[in-house]
Amino acid sequence: MSDVLHHHIKLPEGSIEKQTTTLNLGPTHPATHGVFQNIIELDGERIVSAEQTVGFIHRAFEKLAERRPLYQITTLTDRLNYCSSPINNMGWHLTCEKLLQVETPKRVDYLRVIIMELARITDHLICNSIVGVDAGAYTGFLYVMQWREHVYEIYEEVCGSRLTTNMGRIGGFERNFTNAAFQKLENFLKEFPAVWREFENLFKRNRIFMDRTKDTGAISAERALNYGFTGPNLRAAGVDYDVRIHTPYSSYQDFDFTVPVGTTGDNYDRWLVRGEEVWQSLSIIEQAYKKVQAFKGTEAEVYHADCPAYYLPEKKDVYTKMEALIYHFKIIMGETEIPKGEVYNAVEGANGELGFYLISDGGRSPYRLHFRRPCFIYYQAYSELTDNAMLSDAIITMSSLNLIAGELDA
Amino acid sequence: MGLNNEIIKQKLTEKFGDSVSNFEEQFGLLSFETPKEMNLKLLQFLYDDETLKFRFMTDLTAVHYPKELGRELAVVYHLHNFTDNVRLRYKVFTSIENTDVFTVSKLFSAANWMERETFDFFGINFVGHPNLKRVLNVDEMDYFPMRKEFPLEDQTRTDKDDEMFGRG
Amino acid sequence: MRPVRFNIHPKEAKLTDSIMVSEAPESYNGEGFMTTRFDRVIGLARKNSIWPLPFATSCCGIEFMATMGSHYDLARFGSERVGFSPRQCDLLMVMGTISKKMAPVLRQVYLQMAEPRWVIAVGACASSGGIFDTYSVLQGIDQVIPVDVYVPGCPPRPEAIIDGVMRIQDLVHNEGLRRRSSEKYQELMNSYGIE
Repeated sequence: MSDVLHHHIKLPEGSIEKQTTTLNLGPTHPATHGVFQNIIELDGERIVSAEQTVGFIHRAFEKLAERRPLYQITTLTDRLNYCSSPINNMGWHLTCEKLLQVETPKRVDYLRVIIMELARITDHLICNSIVGVDAGAYTGFLYVMQWREHVYEIYEEVCGSRLTTNMGRIGGFERNFTNAAFQKLENFLKEFPAVWREFENLFKRNRIFMDRTKDTGAISAERALNYGFTGPNLRAAGVDYDVRIHTPYSSYQDFDFTVPVGTTGDNYDRWLVRGEEVWQSLSIIEQAYKKVQAFKGTEAEVYHADCPAYYLPEKKDVYTKMEALIYHFKIIMGETEIPKGEVYNAVEGANGELGFYLISDGGRSPYRLHFRRPCFIYYQAYSELTDNAMLSDAIITMSSLNLIAGELDA
Repeated sequence: MGLNNEIIKQKLTEKFGDSVSNFEEQFGLLSFETPKEMNLKLLQFLYDDETLKFRFMTDLTAVHYPKELGRELAVVYHLHNFTDNVRLRYKVFTSIENTDVFTVSKLFSAANWMERETFDFFGINFVGHPNLKRVLNVDEMDYFPMRKEFPLEDQTRTDKDDEMFGRG
Repeated sequence: MRPVRFNIHPKEAKLTDSIMVSEAPESYNGEGFMTTRFDRVIGLARKNSIWPLPFATSCCGIEFMATMGSHYDLARFGSERVGFSPRQCDLLMVMGTISKKMAPVLRQVYLQMAEPRWVIAVGACASSGGIFDTYSVLQGIDQVIPVDVYVPGCPPRPEAIIDGVMRIQDLVHNEGLRRRSSEKYQELMNSYGIE
């Protein structure tokens, strides 16, 4: 009987004796999460081992960056963590400013802080609501997504586009924030806290949600540090490392905020840490907004640093003044003097320490640009996080880690 | 007391003497290199030493310098000491003919995929790595795309006209 | 600084203005009966109940999430139920960059869909590779599967995605019943290597 079977069906090695089921949690996920694959060996409902495959959206950013001049690389950085593009943009501009030794005025710093914290809020908003969706609660996500639209409107006022913002330039912003932008920001600051409180009330002490997320996907602080975790995932494990506090950039030292830290590093802690960070970000935005409003007169017109060698002059000056014309020509044609050197700069992205390692050889495009992407580094730990876990817990662990495929693969 | 670049330099030259060389400080970050055989020993020393305490691997990547013969590929490690808030950059150079470098994935689990990515892009063979396969590119790819001699674009594509892009 | 004029006072919604009723197809009516063309009725039914499969890979996927949200509601067009199983869906919405590693997966998903099926390529990356003219990115999904509608943009605004879906609705409405078994369609499929 079995001879007949062997003639027509070729079974893989060891598949008859195997006690576990192989499940392909394939690259096509129910939207939201992005493309990565997990080949899981299941024993009933328990996971015995998991092997991850990434690279399904590898777009060769690092090689592309060697082709483009510094100011064109901003569009690439947008598409790293596309849920919070402005943070990537600002991080890149800060790296260039470090290399080019450009000092930005305080007003620019505060405006950057407002934008970065708004982006952080939107990213945590998506992550926490998606954890809810994976636990079965779609309403929270739909309700809170509406508020992303309000933030998109603010981005549109500043830079013109919604999602992949390409915001700002080396040295500041391309135009001053309009009154409309500030008004929309005020509306957001007035209305969003109530929304976030309502969203948190749905989940925070919800019996079902707590049962699903507590004690699943836990990681200890030592293992997390060894795996290179940063950001909310590390803070949930108990280590209070935040790039904004350790190496303050863009005048973060002028702001008063706390960094929420968890204890066990499980899914519930990660959810709570992100939720609390939204509150802290709201408070930072309010402080920054007050500081920006405090600038009066000509100081309120400052929106970029005074570095004509790297910042495109205004078009009307290009048509009338000689120096502006020369600078415009030099910047566009790539004749600016970019110093040689190596710089590593990190910002606190929504997922952790987003680092830019830039090696410049004096030419208009970098010699080598490497992105230190937090998602790529902490996704390695996924097999350890889901060791001997149930399949449904593994799904929630994956979404609570906030894996963004663009950042994973670059 | 605090740890600063002087103390790091001093401790390293005390322990390793002439093997550590090329101390540079760019934008406040100390960087140095050693011969490639010593990378694991040096990282272990940086990890264990009670003053240095570099217990976090921030980044691991490589750079290709085709003009420096015998030292074409550089593996660059970025380390971080959280308690004293000091960063460090450490490089090892290897030639393009023999690209064996010892793996550090037993010391830092973070280095596992970072070394796979470096292998995928530059072809550096990490000796002792548990699973050295390509991680981002297709498994069947037979060249190492980030090396300078290879082009960015896929040369077999027919719909984009290189002339129009100024690269014809 | 110019004074703010738009979008600061929310408008009241008037329900009677916003209900749209589909037009009946050309028909000959009599007492108690209506005769029309078979394909018109089928087209009408199909176009207002397209079930999309969101094949979202990257940034365009987030704009799709915004399109499905309450601000730009795609469910108004009948696409309330998005499915993730190819066997149950009509419209494959490819949103985001498809790399060469992902192309066989995309082809597999397309092959699993049952006729009639439509494909919409949302975004510059799905249409032609977008800004990523690199060794690892597929320069447009029409290298591996036939596409009906291309929506440009990086990412396209939700209004543009909705416009693309409306073009698909036009295609669905006007599609002949015999199209899928015609010779021309077979030739198209063969050129992609699909039986």
